[in-house]
Amino acid sequence: MGKKRRSLVRAAFSAVMLVMTMLLLSGCADYMVLDPKGPIAAKQLDLMIITVILCAIIIVPVLVITFVIVWRYRASNKKADYKPEWAHSNLLETIWWGIPIVIIIVLAIITVRYTHELEPAKALASDKEEVTIQVVSLNWKWLFLYPEEGIATLNTITIPEDRPVRFELTADSPMNSFWIPELGGQIYAMSGMSMALHLQADEPGTYFGTAANFTGEHFENMTFDVHATSDADYEKWIAEAKASPNTITKESYEEMSKPTESEEPTLYSSFPEGIYESIVTKYMHEGAELHQHGSAAEGEAEGTASADSQANSEEHDSSSHKGH
Amino acid sequence: MLEKIKEFASEFFVTGDPLIYGADASIVLATLGIVFVLTYFKKWGWLWKDWLTTVDHKKIGIMYILAAIVMLFRGGVDAVMMRTQLAFPDLNFLEADHYNQIFTTHGVVMIFFMAMPLMFGLFNIVVPLQIGARDVAFPFLNSLSFWLFFAGAMLFNLSFVIGGSPDSGWLAYPPLSGAQFNPGVGQNFYIWGIQISGIGSLASGINFIVTILKMRAPGMTMMKMPMFTWSVFAASTTIIFAFPILTITMLLLFMDRFFGAHFFTLDGGGNPMMYINLIWMWGHPEVYIVVLPAFGVFSETVATFARKRLFGYVSMVFAMVIISIISFFTWAHHFFTMGSGANVNSFFAVSTMIIAIPTGVKIFNWLFTMYKGRISFPTPMMWTIAFIPAFVVGGMTGVMLSVAPADFQFHNSYFLIAHFHQVLIGGVVFGYFAGLYYWWPKMFGFKLNEYLGKWAFWFWNIGFYVCFMPQYLVGLDGMTRRISVFKDPDWQGLNVLSTMGAYLMGIAFLFQVAQIVYSIFRHEKDTTGDIWDARTLEFSIPSPAPEYNFAVIPQVHSRDEWWEEKERRARGEKPWDLGPIEPIHMPKNSAIGPIMGAFWFVAGFGLVFHWLWMAIPGLLGVFICMYARSFSAHKAEYYIPVDEIERTEAKLRGGAV
Amino acid sequence: MAQSPAHGTDHHHHAAGHHDPQDIKLLGFWIFLVTDVILFATLFATFIVLRGGTDGGPTGAELLEINGIIISTFLLLTSSFTSGVAVLAMHQHKIKQMIIWLVITGLLGAGFLYLEVNEFLHLIHEGATLQTSAFWSAFFTLVGTHGVHVTVGIGWMIAIIIQIVRRGLTDDTKGKVTVFSLYWHFLDAVWIFLLSIVYLMEVM
Repeated sequence: MGKKRRSLVRAAFSAVMLVMTMLLLSGCADYMVLDPKGPIAAKQLDLMIITVILCAIIIVPVLVITFVIVWRYRASNKKADYKPEWAHSNLLETIWWGIPIVIIIVLAIITVRYTHELEPAKALASDKEEVTIQVVSLNWKWLFLYPEEGIATLNTITIPEDRPVRFELTADSPMNSFWIPELGGQIYAMSGMSMALHLQADEPGTYFGTAANFTGEHFENMTFDVHATSDADYEKWIAEAKASPNTITKESYEEMSKPTESEEPTLYSSFPEGIYESIVTKYMHEGAELHQHGSAAEGEAEGTASADSQANSEEHDSSSHKGH
Repeated sequence: MLEKIKEFASEFFVTGDPLIYGADASIVLATLGIVFVLTYFKKWGWLWKDWLTTVDHKKIGIMYILAAIVMLFRGGVDAVMMRTQLAFPDLNFLEADHYNQIFTTHGVVMIFFMAMPLMFGLFNIVVPLQIGARDVAFPFLNSLSFWLFFAGAMLFNLSFVIGGSPDSGWLAYPPLSGAQFNPGVGQNFYIWGIQISGIGSLASGINFIVTILKMRAPGMTMMKMPMFTWSVFAASTTIIFAFPILTITMLLLFMDRFFGAHFFTLDGGGNPMMYINLIWMWGHPEVYIVVLPAFGVFSETVATFARKRLFGYVSMVFAMVIISIISFFTWAHHFFTMGSGANVNSFFAVSTMIIAIPTGVKIFNWLFTMYKGRISFPTPMMWTIAFIPAFVVGGMTGVMLSVAPADFQFHNSYFLIAHFHQVLIGGVVFGYFAGLYYWWPKMFGFKLNEYLGKWAFWFWNIGFYVCFMPQYLVGLDGMTRRISVFKDPDWQGLNVLSTMGAYLMGIAFLFQVAQIVYSIFRHEKDTTGDIWDARTLEFSIPSPAPEYNFAVIPQVHSRDEWWEEKERRARGEKPWDLGPIEPIHMPKNSAIGPIMGAFWFVAGFGLVFHWLWMAIPGLLGVFICMYARSFSAHKAEYYIPVDEIERTEAKLRGGAV
Repeated sequence: MAQSPAHGTDHHHHAAGHHDPQDIKLLGFWIFLVTDVILFATLFATFIVLRGGTDGGPTGAELLEINGIIISTFLLLTSSFTSGVAVLAMHQHKIKQMIIWLVITGLLGAGFLYLEVNEFLHLIHEGATLQTSAFWSAFFTLVGTHGVHVTVGIGWMIAIIIQIVRRGLTDDTKGKVTVFSLYWHFLDAVWIFLLSIVYLMEVM
């Protein structure tokens, strides 16, 4: 390869890198995950930044050393040392086993602390009352139930700002995942069990919500808007929903739960009581007790699966305490 | 009657999509073309005797690699089609269900039918030569492994034109992949394609462990083994522990779909979460199975082209063993968001992070192998150097993903997609390319054209960053994986960029094809067998290696045996006396491998369509083949006489020795 | 993993490369058994996870009968013993005795299979099939996989006996008998786990 061509390739390469750096810098503030609007997403962002900084302690020197070594010890540089037999150094190897170990220990401690703190089933500390929204993944739309208000929505939610929201999630479809990037991380929605996720919006606005785990043909249409409003506007919105001519009945739910390609956001003024619980227990045989759901399938399993089931049954226990 | 046939045909063959008609036509044309060429040049006998029935590890390796390159093309076309669809919002290049099939087959093809065979190809070609052996421990089983892989790969690819492709993601989580939500035959193709080739992989794992433990040349202790052989040993050990889990997982999914069992169903007390646990108990080790041999390749190339001993050999071995052990204790990091609770998530987060330590150590050791070396930059070394920044950055995003609470924001987004493509392309693909360029002269006796190779290299690398860096960003902006259409205009710029990157990599692949074709006609011959001035035993014999590999089995004294030998000769010392040439005991070719593969294919096809009249004879054929082998195995050996070996050696070495 | 350091030195250097094929086959078979252990371990894990998943249908405690299982266990354990005796006879070059003991092993294995099929038919008759519930899916798959292993073992043994009759005792056929008896003992060990985890723990 000629010198000219090599410099051409290099120029192209640096141009690409430049464009990408610009993209990163110009858009930085706009990326949803990097622009949190709630306490959970904010803490998750903190954690990302801590991780990047800790990793950078190793990675930046490695990248620099790579470049320096490759450049300095190229065969055409006759001035550089050449020690073909040198292949071992206790000191150096101790250093590069040691430093990563220390960094990983630090990161591990931070991670374990945050994992407990940000456990999605844990209620958020707040002096304001929690709003509960029950979420059902259907093919291919989201059904939201507001049990405290008796209203329901399809593919849209409104929440009051600055108040903790408790999402209870299940699926009447293959396993899905419920994600509002600006408010915080996702959680799976699965048939036969109820999961919990606690989020909060710190300021009014419209946030992007999406399904994150593939559920089949028209999965791409499972997006929804999350409107965070003032308390007053929230009340107004509830009233508007209650005035809606649409209602959900047992029969219309049957119809609704069948696969459809895409649905417009809709408000419903009522839904049958206990419909969420009946969706969760849909595949349970008769006679099984309600609070067992989620863990019933695993029985008294051992190993990892038992960890799953215990965690789930813990969630359910706490939810049933709150619910009643 | 005619109506019935029509109805059957319209379900049997995939219809209605011009892209698929195009594929049908090209498959038929290519098949006819191959048949014509073979018939015209009277090559059928040659193909059967010299290749299809061979038990020679070098030829089996070449067949693996050829198949892997074809599959790289298929998986690559899938990728380019996906990126085309995602270039602009609301584009309608592919229908939703077609898109879903393509991302599923892209993943399956790339992991099972591209990475695995490319890996086994390199294992086959290199390991016996590197340890001074005449073949692998079980040459017939080796041939059988290849044919099982091939039968599985063909069965899976057939789904594109017959019956319809699977469309529930490369790991096919139930209940989406169960009969309730996925009644078609596509998912059956998935199960049997993977099952049949998976049994082959398992057999290969056993084969290479025994080969490495039992077939090393005298004097080569475990701690004198070349690092690539060590990596094969680590990967094979991981295979034998991980692949049985896959076999059972696929079996249970099949039981659910075929017999109506309730392992992973929603009703009947089934547990879909168990599938997710099982598939990742195989799936996470699988990632290390494919990346460890790449680490092995880098350890060879970096020492050869820095003309220096590999730094920190003991650390390297230790790191690899730790990685393969810990890889079995990290699987749940693929579903932190499944609600396993803080304690479980903490455990798996920390175990995942720990893997970063030995991996980091390996990077340092490679860097300090180059330190105070004399580095030259032929294509294998370029891939090696390009690997370091790609893998370091990919490793960093991997650590980011391992932080469980943060993963709630990355999971299932394009951030994750970018991460695993960065480590799988930057680690595995770059590594296997480095290995392919490095050992190509050993396989074929000539070097690949460096000029075209460098073009391919730069297109690959630039395309790689242009494609995947924007995906990290668009993932941070909330774009999730597996959506066939995106609506948010904010994502458009990044997606266009990413698509351009995919096209650049597509062009890079074309350069590689051109490179291979050009090099076949005009090339630099490898006359010495040691074109890179390398360090390990495979370069002490002529290129391509004779069928018996070593006329006389070498005696090993040090890790870089061939390099030390050259140093000794340069100092004017006499070469080691290895004793006289003796008749060599060799395994005979066997037709049972390809025939049994064909029976597996028939059985698999029958099971896909629930046609027991086809499946049962197929399975019966498999058992008859096993019996036939059991009864004929003792006759399947012969000796090469001394004078023939002497003639071959004289010809290959040009009378130099 | 590490091989004795003497290995390289106690051969004449030019004789190297003539590795003992029976030795290699035996190691290969041991490693195959490792994979089979993982295979069964995975099935046991699924059984344990799904143990509670009877979905309101019949449970193991209701339908499984220990008496028949004790006879099966006796047959299989005895067959393991007889296969061991066959290997002993082989080492003493008593071909006839060896074949007789192998045939007895096979017959005991066939008896075991007969009882297993009977048990399955009985369970199906009682309304417990693969489709009944997760518990029964796991039960039939786990026990059935062991049964398939026994069936394959019997078929394999027949092949070995025919080869010995035709070719006599060579290094090759001796190796086959050794490996087969390993396999047969392994199936016995798996059965002990099956007996305790599936039958005893379920019924008690």
